[in-house]
Amino acid sequence: MLNITDKTLLDTISGFSLKPENAAFNVRKNGQGLDRRSTEHVQIVSKTDKPGIDINVLPGTKKETVFIPVIITETGVADTVYNDFYIGEDADVTVIAGCGIHNSGCEEARHDGVHRFFIGKNARVKYIEKHYGEGDGTGGRVMNPVTEVFLGENAVCEMETAQIGGIDSTLRETNAFLEAGAKFNVTERLMTHGDQTAKSNMRVELNGKNASSQIVSRSVAKDRSEQVFNPVAVGNAAGRAHVQCDSIIMDKAKIRSIPEIAANDADAEIIHEAAIGRINNDQLLKLMTFGMSEEEAEAVIIEGFLK
Amino acid sequence: MLEVKNLSFTVPGTDTGIINDVSFTLQDGKFLVLTGPNGGGKSTLARLIMGIERPTAGSIVFNGEDITDLSLTERAKKGIGYAFQQPPRFKGLTVRRLLSLASGRDLPENECCAYLTKVGLCSKDYLNRAVDASLSGGEVKRIEIATIMARQLQLAIYDEPEAGIDLWSFSMLVQSFRSIASQKNESVIIISHQERIMKLADEIIVIADGKIRTQGPRDRILPALGREFDVACDMRGK
Ligand SMILES: Nc1ncnc2c1ncn2[C@@H]1O[C@H](COP(=O)(O)OP(=O)(O)O)[C@@H](O)[C@H]1O
Ligand SMILES: [Mg+2]
Repeated sequence: MLNITDKTLLDTISGFSLKPENAAFNVRKNGQGLDRRSTEHVQIVSKTDKPGIDINVLPGTKKETVFIPVIITETGVADTVYNDFYIGEDADVTVIAGCGIHNSGCEEARHDGVHRFFIGKNARVKYIEKHYGEGDGTGGRVMNPVTEVFLGENAVCEMETAQIGGIDSTLRETNAFLEAGAKFNVTERLMTHGDQTAKSNMRVELNGKNASSQIVSRSVAKDRSEQVFNPVAVGNAAGRAHVQCDSIIMDKAKIRSIPEIAANDADAEIIHEAAIGRINNDQLLKLMTFGMSEEEAEAVIIEGFLK
Repeated sequence: MLEVKNLSFTVPGTDTGIINDVSFTLQDGKFLVLTGPNGGGKSTLARLIMGIERPTAGSIVFNGEDITDLSLTERAKKGIGYAFQQPPRFKGLTVRRLLSLASGRDLPENECCAYLTKVGLCSKDYLNRAVDASLSGGEVKRIEIATIMARQLQLAIYDEPEAGIDLWSFSMLVQSFRSIASQKNESVIIISHQERIMKLADEIIVIADGKIRTQGPRDRILPALGREFDVACDMRGK
């Protein structure tokens, strides 16, 4: 069922071959569910009204990992999938998602994943998502992920997303709604090259007292690629949100950042920092004094920046 | 051996002379201190030797080879290194990675720690920290010095290593420089205003207004320097 291309793709996006023996997982290929396993505490069931799955994590589940990789290896596939995560109170899980497209054809291959997380009181979720495209076809590789996170009281969600090249067009929507004491931290890493375009819209609402959020975005735009960021942080109650966007721009690329911060409560502290700039010349010179060429130095700086 | 011959540097696109006709020779394994007033041209001279700046006239000969036209990278590969006066920070690069990049191989933890100890940094705490804005100026400066110590160099240039460093770490640093000086494996140029570092020197060169004002063995220059400072302070006092 899984050929070599599949396996490599799966590993690149989710380290699937290294998954623990008894982890729950659901593998989706070219718009079809391919393989699945539920565990005692993590049950995965197909949706009946639309493509996708419900992932039910029982209250109190500790230290489990769930893999839900998606791969597309056929040209002309347009796959939209709806995955809902119901995380029970006090649970502690890691969810490894990811989408890999191998398009060697001339038509577009596209995956739009709509993920919703309903995180119960005091539960913790670590969500890791990696997007990756390859293949020498002329067809575009497109991903438009939507992620919505509803955090109950004192729930914690740490989200790490990375899209390091290979995706021609992406529109990312991330929305988070926090109740009292909840914490939502996101780190977004993005690299575009060639004629790629990427747009990331993010909205975080602190709705309960003492919720907090930290949004870190690191991006590199090369060649003629274009990136647009639109982070919005809203404080509706006492709490803190910190948005930090940092971009390296190269060649003929374009980057735009349109932040919005809003406070609707005098005890909401909302901070935004953003910077777009070339690689610092002293950094290049420093690494060249170690014997690196300018190109090698550049690669090291970008790799570190996106790590 | 490093031979600097009639070196001059003018700011590109202007006729502002920063370095004017500077010549000196540094024998293998010798320890040279460059000193002199701020703005005198010490860092520029160091950057010219490293290849970060290009001279407008003159030449630089290293181990018998004219390296004036060699790039920064090529000179680095020939064993020349330079610790910046104001080192850059790197988002996401850890101290360990930077030391490894400097040494040219993946440095094991204990070796990284040894280099950090030489500059007075309590090592384990630092290894996995990024060399970014979360570190203080003095910490970044000491990590910079450690990266140069981690390289296998024939000529190491340190630009005001004492700047921003507390007294305790400074003592560690002086000890490290003393042991480098006594080993005589590599030639060392240190730009410094510190008497304790000057005392380690075989030779001292005083640079002011882009020219060499005095040069000679430490025993001859150091006492004279003391008097010169007294005079300078005295004049400022009036
Ligand atoms: N690229 C440059 N452009 C303009 N002025 C420069 C440049 N490099 C150095 N200078 C000037 O040259 C002088 C010497 O600088 P520097 O070599 O840093 O002195 P030092 O290290 O002795 O304090 C200073 O007045 C400095 O402002
Ligand atoms: Mg200087």
